[in-house]
Amino acid sequence: MDKRIRVLVAKPGLDGHDRGAKIIARALRDAGMEVIYTGLRQTPEQIARAALQEDVDAVGISILSGAHNTIVPRICQLLREEGLGDVLVTVGGIIPNQDIPGLKQAGVAEVFQPGASTQEVVEFIRGRVQQKA
Amino acid sequence: MVHKRAEAIHEVPRERPKAPETDSSRDERKHNAAPGRVSERQETFTTVSGVPIERLYTAENLGDFDYARELADPGQFPFTRGIHRTMYRGKFWTMRQFSGFGTPEDTNRRLHYLLAQGQTGLSIAFDLPTLMGYDADHSLAEGEVGKCGVAVSSLADMETLLAGLPLETVTTSMTINSPAVMIWAMYLVVAERQGARWEKISGTIQNDILKEYIAQKEYIFPPKPSMRLVVDSIQFAAREVPRWNPISISGYHIREAGSTAVQELAFTLRDGIEYVEWVREAGMAVDDFAPRLSFFFNSHNDLFEEVAKFRAARKVWAHVMRERFGARDPRSWLCRFHTQTAGCSLAAQQPYNNVVRTAIQALAAVLGGTQSLHTNSLDEAWALPSEAAATLALRTQQVIAHESGVASTADPLAGSYFVERLTLDTERACLDYFEKIDALGGMVAAIEKGFPQREIHEAAYAYQLAVERKEKIIVGVNEYAAAEPAPLDILVIDEAAAQRQKEKLDGLKRKRDGRRAEETLEALASAAAGNTNLMPYILNCVRAYATLGEMCDVLRKVFGTYEEPAFH
Repeated sequence: MDKRIRVLVAKPGLDGHDRGAKIIARALRDAGMEVIYTGLRQTPEQIARAALQEDVDAVGISILSGAHNTIVPRICQLLREEGLGDVLVTVGGIIPNQDIPGLKQAGVAEVFQPGASTQEVVEFIRGRVQQKA
Repeated sequence: MVHKRAEAIHEVPRERPKAPETDSSRDERKHNAAPGRVSERQETFTTVSGVPIERLYTAENLGDFDYARELADPGQFPFTRGIHRTMYRGKFWTMRQFSGFGTPEDTNRRLHYLLAQGQTGLSIAFDLPTLMGYDADHSLAEGEVGKCGVAVSSLADMETLLAGLPLETVTTSMTINSPAVMIWAMYLVVAERQGARWEKISGTIQNDILKEYIAQKEYIFPPKPSMRLVVDSIQFAAREVPRWNPISISGYHIREAGSTAVQELAFTLRDGIEYVEWVREAGMAVDDFAPRLSFFFNSHNDLFEEVAKFRAARKVWAHVMRERFGARDPRSWLCRFHTQTAGCSLAAQQPYNNVVRTAIQALAAVLGGTQSLHTNSLDEAWALPSEAAATLALRTQQVIAHESGVASTADPLAGSYFVERLTLDTERACLDYFEKIDALGGMVAAIEKGFPQREIHEAAYAYQLAVERKEKIIVGVNEYAAAEPAPLDILVIDEAAAQRQKEKLDGLKRKRDGRRAEETLEALASAAAGNTNLMPYILNCVRAYATLGEMCDVLRKVFGTYEEPAFH
């Protein structure tokens, strides 16, 4: 059955640059997904709680501040603690190559760097979520 | 606040009305405007911002163009051609590379290095906890200390940051907004202790809160108390630090958030109008503060669109100040601006292409008559600039200044049918936005309704789709792509910076006179509850080594904090 994919677009940390998060949210919506955008400056705890309450299939984290190595693994850990270990986690933003293996080890399925197209993101999330279903 | 609708402040010539159609004019048009499809690469040509561009511009496009009215010589109203008579023959623009990372010690070393390389002004970037008014030991600062800029939590950090820099001779720009007054107060106290006189020192604080609500979103307090802090600092500068620019009204971040060139221009200048209205409302005469208002624009890839934007900016602002506000002092009419090349135009893929993009953007800024310039480094889609990348970016400006020849004459593109038409159209479109924002009740009201935010988001999304459909080609990204590893050595921020800053803060709190710090903070709280100018109170807090976070906490309690409503 084609239940609509639910995605939480999350903006953790102190950074206010939300151009990317908003574009991704809109592109996912245009692709037929249900999107919940957290708004700015959410703590990892708030993001995990929102993922639980909203019963999402995926969490897309947008972060451009350089704090990803601290914040992203924390979100992944909290998701597991909430019993959401099977929720797909993706990250987009200013992420240097050398940080990607660590993020994937922490539980991130994919990292989208600058220049990634919204279609890549849509297809990745759709593919992975449908695989699980 | 009384907002009156803008009067039609000045006429912008439109294109000449078309003459009745004759056979020969029809033939001519066929020849001119409707060429055979086969002969052109694409059906329509547009600027980066999506403005349609014609095949050819001629005298026809300018209609009754009047030199004195539309342009005038450089240094003459309306300053379309530049604010100085001699422009860069007098002196080059200030080469001012924005810099800041890690601890105050780290950034102090980079600032000394940049001055040694021939940079002519300083520009300091602060980390996110500082921008948001949190000390390095706050739980929300975790992972963020020293990452996007330098960490400054107190006067002690500022003393380290500025060590060995001669504050009476060097000019310093500080990119700080919500807590601008606190950071500025720290700078002023360091100057005071160096023996540098406030009436001699010069520099800029960004202090532009409106564009934070519109674009960059690093706000702390709600708009109205935030505007009070801006007004307080403008008044204080006029009285005590007369050579300081207490605000840099910024389009840079608006453009980075995805706006068009016209939106950048219109929202920035309309923010400027808002500040002038608020300061006047607080009882200052326009000519007592307007000469120290400064601006900050973005320079993107589309060279002519950018040049037109810069030229239109000067012209629109001159008319606004003279006609809307009745400014009499010619210095009040000048739109003096800093420019930064467009970070959002830089690609992570094939990063050396970014050097070329930045050179074109810097050229546009210089052809547009900027007063100072930051050129981005090639590695900025990956991290903060490495020293090598920052040096190459500075060299780019030096090559334009000394080798290209474009600095030898003022406004070299004037008189181009294309550039003049684009300048007029940009001006017209800017005035149209003014009318819309005036009708909404001014910029604070427009922000509260989400108007500029929505306009920018629409433009950003349209641009993204155009790139994805390959209607716009980004070399190395959606065309000419090559699989390659990033060949760059990027700057890695030492994770120990955060720990060091926490320890310093601990030491400071033990060492300082705690009672004195507390008293100054209490005095700030009661002053904030009234309507007196807060600068003297903040200076006292700073002198007592009260921290940035402590001062901001006091104001959070009195003013409350701001959450952006969801706009649909």
